[in-house]
Amino acid sequence: MRRVVLIAVPYLWLLALFLVPFVIVLKISLSDIALARPPYLPQLDLSAGWQGVREFLSGLDLENFVFLTTDDLYWKAYLSSLRIALVSTLLTLLVGYPIAYGMARAAREWRPTLLMLVILPFWTSFLIRVYAWMGILSTEGVLNNVLLFLGVIDEPLQIMNTNTAVYIGIVYTYLPFMILPIYAALEKMDDSLLEAAEDLGCSRLQAFWLVTWPLSRNGIVAGCFLVFIPTIGEFVIPSLLGGSDTLMIGKVLWEEFFSNRDWPVASAVAVVLLAILIVPIILFQRNEQKAREAEG
Amino acid sequence: MAQTAFAPWDDPDERPLIEFRGVSKRFGDFTAIDDLTLNIFEREFFALLGPSGCGKTTMMRMLAGFESVTEGHIWLGGQDIIDIPPNKRPVNMMFQNYALFPHLSIWENIAFGLKREGRPKDEIAARVDEMLRLTRLGRFAKRKPHQISGGQRQRVALARSLAKAPKLLLLDEPLGALDRKLREETQFELMDIQEKTGTTFVIVTHDQEEAMTVASRIAVMDEGRLVQVATPDVIYEAPASVYVADFIGDVNIVEGRATPEGAGLRIDWAEGQAPIAARSDSAFARGQSCHFAIRPEKVTIDTERPDRPNAFRGKVIDIAYLGNISTYHVELAGGQMIKAQMVNARRLANRQITWDDEVWVGFTETAGVVLEG
Ligand SMILES: Nc1ncnc2c1ncn2[C@@H]1O[C@H](COP(=O)(O)OP(=O)(O)O)[C@@H](O)[C@H]1O
Ligand SMILES: [Mg+2]
Repeated sequence: MRRVVLIAVPYLWLLALFLVPFVIVLKISLSDIALARPPYLPQLDLSAGWQGVREFLSGLDLENFVFLTTDDLYWKAYLSSLRIALVSTLLTLLVGYPIAYGMARAAREWRPTLLMLVILPFWTSFLIRVYAWMGILSTEGVLNNVLLFLGVIDEPLQIMNTNTAVYIGIVYTYLPFMILPIYAALEKMDDSLLEAAEDLGCSRLQAFWLVTWPLSRNGIVAGCFLVFIPTIGEFVIPSLLGGSDTLMIGKVLWEEFFSNRDWPVASAVAVVLLAILIVPIILFQRNEQKAREAEG
Repeated sequence: MAQTAFAPWDDPDERPLIEFRGVSKRFGDFTAIDDLTLNIFEREFFALLGPSGCGKTTMMRMLAGFESVTEGHIWLGGQDIIDIPPNKRPVNMMFQNYALFPHLSIWENIAFGLKREGRPKDEIAARVDEMLRLTRLGRFAKRKPHQISGGQRQRVALARSLAKAPKLLLLDEPLGALDRKLREETQFELMDIQEKTGTTFVIVTHDQEEAMTVASRIAVMDEGRLVQVATPDVIYEAPASVYVADFIGDVNIVEGRATPEGAGLRIDWAEGQAPIAARSDSAFARGQSCHFAIRPEKVTIDTERPDRPNAFRGKVIDIAYLGNISTYHVELAGGQMIKAQMVNARRLANRQITWDDEVWVGFTETAGVVLEG
């Protein structure tokens, strides 16, 4: 009995906080926009009995999904989101790997401190940190002032409100998600493996590519997914740091919902986004599973 | 059939494969290896023996190139190797924890070193198969290291380090993680493989039985110094110091004063006791303090006074029954304890000596060694 309860808890949690909301969103995405409250039709009228249910079901259709294919904006936004997410993931990996590597090779007594420093930014609000970047990157911001003062540039750089600012924001925000799994993989690695590789004729660099890199692969894959998946739907960073040419699906969704008040189309956008995300999420789960099996 | 014994260390014309010349290694102000000079010859199975922390691993890591040399030089095959990086040395090492690559199969682990040499594919495959056969691992070629047992992993590590046919193979406590029976089997396997491949082996161990079993010569170390380098039988029969005698096997040590007498020595060791008659190659001054060391199996135990040059009365305090042999702990008058070992030819029930019995222990003049200090 205890076991049943224990197992039921996470399922109930998923049901209440994930499945039920998803069914509601799915239902809205199949509805039509209406000047009503809530702003869509049909509504389920249970007092009319079977008749009501049948009318309700006949009012649902795939119109909104068809609409998404007719306007360029949507698939361009999806593609652009994927591209930005992909590029940011690679950039984060490029920045994060050396940091994780350095942490794992640091003296043992330093590692908890370094780990602390990586996690530290989470202690302040995400929003405040993004606003701080606005202060750094803007035309009169810290970065431009310093560069101007040093004489590196003659005119302020336009970084704010460009994709560059979005990349900086994303890399900065998601860096810990990349560093932590890679660090965990590297930290477990036995140093004698590198000595064995050298003993068998590898240079230091070869030993890195043939031993360290493959052994941190699970951490790399996990880190990439942990950055890639939330970045596709990212909304705050592109709207605060990005410009008019920064096209991301999260922003489109927000506009459909709040500016156009077109809940059904916004929901359709969200459902498609979820469908797109399911692929990397499943791949991520597989990777985790395989990593666990390899260790067990 | 006459067979010349393998003893290149006795041949003045033989050039050693490895020469340590005044090698010291310091970590900060701690001296791990202290001015060490040593020759190791080709095809030797050389054992470094000593208690934990005496510098065995450090010596081995200097040979492999993982530890720099603070002072002195190491020559390998006529070449000073102290500035050669590990990946360029004709030396391979079998690591204490095996250090197998967990992401590679057994086959790929063994092929790892060969691939770095850029040999042709079929040559690599042939060599790996040969190694798999040598170590009887053929069936496991496709498995990953975590899918095989500890003993098999140990053989993979050996196969991997032998694959490149190094001039010198270093084995750091290779059998430490195996249980006793498997360890004994593997010792013979190692000797067999060493003979077949003709590779020079340097093995580190803190297990004296293991060193005695496998080695052509043993170096006994203590706190970064060599205490004695000799063949197993010399180390056992003629230890150079009390430390060596005590470290290798079981031994009785009696403190006393030596007096030259005729061809031998007389050792006075306790008031009112007859002196011990002994022989020694080294000269002792009259009254020089010394230690007399004798192995328990060279001491006999009888109920009657035996007809031997040395015979002392005592009382049986303890008997350790080990199945094939028994060790009797006998207290002589004056408190000196002597261990005597006897083969259990008779059944336990028929034995005549038991606890608290008055007995005689005896030994010949040449049974023990006299050590200075
Ligand atoms: N990297 C190092 N830094 C400082 N001291 C070391 C280091 N490596 C070994 N030592 C010291 O050198 C001594 C010899 O170590 P080691 O060669 O590993 O001994 P063994 O293998 O005989 O047990 C030990 O006292 C050890 O603490
Ligand atoms: Mg050691």
